Amino acid sequence: MTSAAVNLHTFLDAFRFIGSNWSLLLDKAAQQLELAGAALGLAMVIVLPIGVVLGHLRRGSTLAIGASIAGRALPVLVLIAAFLTVFGIGFVNNMIALAVLASGPILTNSYEGVARVEASVVDAARASGMTGAGMLRRVELPLALPLLAAGVRVAAVTVIATAPIAAIAGGGGLGDIIVNQASYGIDGVLGASLCAMALSVFAFVLLKTLERAITPPGLRRLAVFEKGNRPREPVPSPRSEPR
Amino acid sequence: MIAAQAAASGPVIPNFGGGSKCVVENHAFCWGWVNAHWGDTLQPALVQHVELTGIAVGIGFAIAFSAALVAYRRRWLSGPIEGFSALLYTIPSLALFQILVPFTGITTTTVEVALVAYTLVMLFPNIVAGLNAVPAEALDVARAMGFTRRQTLLRVELPLALPAIVAGLRVAVVSTVSLATIAAFLLPKGLGYPIFLALKEPSPFRTEIYSAGALAVALALTADLLLVATRRVLAPWARRSPA
Amino acid sequence: MEHVSKRYSGSEAAAVSDLSLTIEAGELCVLVGPSGCGKTTTLRMINRLTTLDSGEIMIDGRSTLTTTVTELRRGIGYVIQEGGLFPHMTVAGNIGTVPRLLGWSRGDVKRRVAELLELAGLDISLAERYPAELSGGQRQRVGLARALAADPPLLLMDEPFNALDPVVRERLQDELLRLHRELAKTIVFVTHDVDEAIKLGNRIAILRQGGVLAQYDTPDSILAQPANEFVREFVGENRALRRLALRRLDQIDLAPAAKASSGLPTVSSSATVREAVSLMIETGTKALSVVDENGEARGSIRFDDAAGLLR
Repeated sequence: MTSAAVNLHTFLDAFRFIGSNWSLLLDKAAQQLELAGAALGLAMVIVLPIGVVLGHLRRGSTLAIGASIAGRALPVLVLIAAFLTVFGIGFVNNMIALAVLASGPILTNSYEGVARVEASVVDAARASGMTGAGMLRRVELPLALPLLAAGVRVAAVTVIATAPIAAIAGGGGLGDIIVNQASYGIDGVLGASLCAMALSVFAFVLLKTLERAITPPGLRRLAVFEKGNRPREPVPSPRSEPR
Repeated sequence: MIAAQAAASGPVIPNFGGGSKCVVENHAFCWGWVNAHWGDTLQPALVQHVELTGIAVGIGFAIAFSAALVAYRRRWLSGPIEGFSALLYTIPSLALFQILVPFTGITTTTVEVALVAYTLVMLFPNIVAGLNAVPAEALDVARAMGFTRRQTLLRVELPLALPAIVAGLRVAVVSTVSLATIAAFLLPKGLGYPIFLALKEPSPFRTEIYSAGALAVALALTADLLLVATRRVLAPWARRSPA
Repeated sequence: MEHVSKRYSGSEAAAVSDLSLTIEAGELCVLVGPSGCGKTTTLRMINRLTTLDSGEIMIDGRSTLTTTVTELRRGIGYVIQEGGLFPHMTVAGNIGTVPRLLGWSRGDVKRRVAELLELAGLDISLAERYPAELSGGQRQRVGLARALAADPPLLLMDEPFNALDPVVRERLQDELLRLHRELAKTIVFVTHDVDEAIKLGNRIAILRQGGVLAQYDTPDSILAQPANEFVREFVGENRALRRLALRRLDQIDLAPAAKASSGLPTVSSSATVREAVSLMIETGTKALSVVDENGEARGSIRFDDAAGLLR
């Protein structure tokens, strides 16, 4: 068989697997989303307030930026394995590992979002008598929303995309199928992989659209903190004058 | 596939005389084991890891750089290219590996293709941003002085874009080191492999996990520092920026 | 320039239409006018940074289109606001750009850089600094030095002193005048400030909207006889006084020196006639004794003589 034919054949098998195992795949996907959601929720609950407060006080920027670097430098496999040795196999260790992974973008972006509110706006707010908490609520947070949303989106997509690996430590999800060729066969593994890919891409598009929807038009062209890069300013006007 | 390979390589915990108390009882960290197995387990894994990362970032950079040069001349391309890279990045690594297997088999190539795909979203936007950050007046004057297009690129645009390019490389290298650990799911290579094996034991062997993990993190951080140093040398005019 | 025109796509009116102008070698010609008058466009057409739609520009009788663009530009110096320095090169690196491009030896480049630093009034210690570490005025001087590096016969300057504060600005204007006297290059200078134009130019070309030439003459002639309403308005008030400011006491014929005992207030011979008149009004006298820098009386000037200078 030519390799092209082999490939086609394999993919067709994969699709057949998907077709006949709908409910299993949906279950696994749901499991994966559960894990991702829990991890994201945990990270947001703990890290987002910290980032916002630090940003408001404009302190601890090294920590905030460093969190992102650390998040990138810590392989998720190491995290999962490490927490496994502490918590044992199951849901918890994976949730915590993924939460650590999600914390990077959330901390950095919540810090940057609040800290980058223009000084003149903050001054004006203070001059009109607003106190810390009030200013935070009414002025800084709304203006920080675009970066905050971007951070949560990056974290969410990262977690959903990384969750399959948790299968190795009892985390469930589509990864269960992907690592288990013995039980599910090549078509199963490939089918689950395709589903995992679809799930991630779908989540990415959905969240990106949501993010854009909640960003007030005026702020839309603000710097966006993508994938741990430094915030990018809007691109300056194109080079005119041909040679 | 993977299970077969794991069985073939044999157990990692040594059985020879004086299997130390530390190892047998699975304490947090056993230096003895590390010393004993540096040569046969940890060092080869480290070398393989460096190889994997190096090739991936190298090829990824070549592709991203060429794409950036093209997008610099044809502005309308940069949006689609960025979007495409972002989509690639959302695909879970396990899934991407499996989807590539029918095409490239269970080889290093498969892993490298996936890793290269992941670097694009980190390198491309940064290179483009770097080129765009060149001040328009400098370009104007360069033209007025009689620089040819090529001379302007080589002597003005690229040097000025260097800080942003290095920033992109830092993110890419650190992330790739992290992602390369997942290669272990497919091949017995890289620092992920010892961890992978250790997890397969009924009672995961802590020392192996922590030592391989620490090496991965150290590798990432070292590479980051090296790149920062390189930037200082090549671009002495750029002020020290955070992250 | 002959019948030069340029229209930018997307705009109805031409930026420059049918402009014809001749600049003599060694002159400092100022293109001045309100914003939108096409002065910068015209300047940039000289070194082909902007393409001409029609007409011709000739340098020394040869059209600018005959040589290659690169060759043309390497023979023309170009200075913009804040110097347009390359941030990634040191001061020495910036200045040496064109010489290095032309293939000069390292030693030659170094020597030239030192020469130019001195010429531009900069301390040699600044050579290894980066533009970000310099003040606006220093950057502008480096920009000027850089433009002069390959000793081009023609220098184009596009509102170079715009972004500087008044004190620095005045100093640099004086420096430019000094350099022009020393180097005798042809300079085309663009500004929107008519006072700067009057101060610097051998001849001034006043442009209206659309690059239409309103008047092209020496500052004194323009002030004495504005060609039309537009020029009159643009140049502004107090034309007679401003004409007086164009002459220095050591450049005109003075009346015989007064005796030392006459008690007349003194004025330096390097002062302008306008300053002399101003002093006379202040002190309430009708004449002043003109002294040189050693305090020697060179002559005297009377109020009526000063006023009569303009007729």
